[in-house]
Amino acid sequence: MIRRLLARPTGVFAVVVLGLLVVLAVVSLVWTPQDPFRADPFHQWEPPSPAHWFGTDASGRDIASYLLAGTRTTVLVAVGSGVIASVVGMVLTAIGSLTARWVREGTAVLLDILVAFPTLLTAMLLTAIAGGSLGVVIVSVGLSFGVTIARVARGEIRRIARSDYVTAARASGVGGAGVLFRHLVPNAAPLFTVQLSLAMATAVLAEAGLSYLGYGAGSNTASWGSMLADLQTYIGVHPWSATWPGAAIALVVAALSLLGDAVRDATDPRLTTNDRAAGGAPAPRTPDDPATTNTGVTA
Amino acid sequence: MTRFLIGRVLLLVVGLLVASVIIFATLRVLPGDVAQIVAGTQASPAQVAELRQQLGLDRPVVVQYLDWIGGLFRGDLGRSLVTDGRVAPEIAQKLSVTLPLAAMSLVAALVIGVPLGVLAAVLRRRPGGAVIAFVAQAVAAIPIVWAGMLLVALFAVTLHWLPTQGFPLDGWDEPGRAFAALVLPALTIGAVEGAVILRFTRSATLGVLDADHVRTAAAIGLTRTQALVKHGLPSVALTVLAVLGVQIAGLLVGAVVVEQLFSLPGVGRMLVTDVGRRDITKVQSELLVLTGLVLLVGFAVDVVHRTLDPRQREVSE
Repeated sequence: MIRRLLARPTGVFAVVVLGLLVVLAVVSLVWTPQDPFRADPFHQWEPPSPAHWFGTDASGRDIASYLLAGTRTTVLVAVGSGVIASVVGMVLTAIGSLTARWVREGTAVLLDILVAFPTLLTAMLLTAIAGGSLGVVIVSVGLSFGVTIARVARGEIRRIARSDYVTAARASGVGGAGVLFRHLVPNAAPLFTVQLSLAMATAVLAEAGLSYLGYGAGSNTASWGSMLADLQTYIGVHPWSATWPGAAIALVVAALSLLGDAVRDATDPRLTTNDRAAGGAPAPRTPDDPATTNTGVTA
Repeated sequence: MTRFLIGRVLLLVVGLLVASVIIFATLRVLPGDVAQIVAGTQASPAQVAELRQQLGLDRPVVVQYLDWIGGLFRGDLGRSLVTDGRVAPEIAQKLSVTLPLAAMSLVAALVIGVPLGVLAAVLRRRPGGAVIAFVAQAVAAIPIVWAGMLLVALFAVTLHWLPTQGFPLDGWDEPGRAFAALVLPALTIGAVEGAVILRFTRSATLGVLDADHVRTAAAIGLTRTQALVKHGLPSVALTVLAVLGVQIAGLLVGAVVVEQLFSLPGVGRMLVTDVGRRDITKVQSELLVLTGLVLLVGFAVDVVHRTLDPRQREVSE
């Protein structure tokens, strides 16, 4: 599967960008070119130079160091949201498929309703009671996508459970657990991975949005979103200064959503080996299902 | 169709109920006494208790909830805990900025996304198609704050075509200036959401290009363009419509960030301010209004989609 993932340029791009992000986050724990928080009033708005690779900002902080320290926040938010989304998604899926009939039906209706709640509004609701923090960002994105995962998984599990090969497996005497682990879980796994990568992409954007609104990372945590917020004040004087954090966020978000697409293409059983060898999707691609494609990224 | 409508209306009503209960219940577990927050740190316990009674916060939670929901039907959402202003008229007034902004953003997103999406699909084997698809992927990943900053830098700071920020004090009494104030914000949301619509339109069109009925139409004498326009695009339009249900929610939520960025006096900016002040009577109503709009739009899109899509009609009758 890894080889198939790397067989297409988008997969390579995603793996390289995300790998680099993690490496930089680890490096930033022990080393940054300068102290990311040290203000230097005599060196404001310096252009890029060997001492300040990306220049300095309004308070003379070294932009490169601050960006590097911000990678930790990005990784934390993405991974944290992903973990919560997985746990919530799996619990809801289990409730929605393994319990008594009336609980299943109730869960199904509830999921239909909850899936319409926008992530950013969930985040604002939690912020109103708990105050703004990275924890709130992580929990709200995790909850929202947990619901989405459970809803998408429900449809997929129903589809698989009705399929001919599951009927055949049952007819030949495979029990419930056998069907679950041999057919349902492996077939639903790619979809799960796709949703997870979308959850992480949304988390990075939500952090940027909420930090911009003043409800994300605190002032003692370096974050790309807070940096955008800081630089927005000076838009009339230094209109292009936000390019570095903006491009960094866009790069990571693009990598995460391309990772989702690449995983889907690499594992979709409907693509034949020939299609894969040709490095492309089969000619009549089914339109992307709104449920599995990136639509929620608006924070 | 009737059965579908009844079921869908029920889902909408239950959805609104669930939303109101979740919003209300979450805000009541507020850590810290609301009355204490409003009264300030200098107030004596007696003053706080009096204020609590005055605000109706000493009543059972269920009574408070029913009071809020009952007021909703009378158009009375109570008073702000901080400024004591009436909430309902203020929300109505702010909607006069947010709704036009959302509508203009939708138009921008469709105008950007649909034609380019079809073009990208038709040009799929040429460099042009790949470039469009690549740019759409990149734009869809841009945080909306930065998208707005880039547009301001280009159109307002560098070219001086449009105002950077703000909304005329007289509002829509100055239609020209009010409209101009909303152009850049709408373009910001429209560009990011349009990129998403572009990707859906492209993949829907790709699916249709090789569909049997489109090929047949081309084979019996229509040009490929005629075949695509007459027999392919109607089904693409349905796909786009289905996606819009989700995207319009995105437009409204995008407004929260964009109103802040452009200092527009809309519901989103009001929500951000009130969350900061912990003005819960306002926050609960603002959240319900925004969520209600999202649910209503989803409902409307589902009904229109159902009416227009002949495949779904046949299944239901």
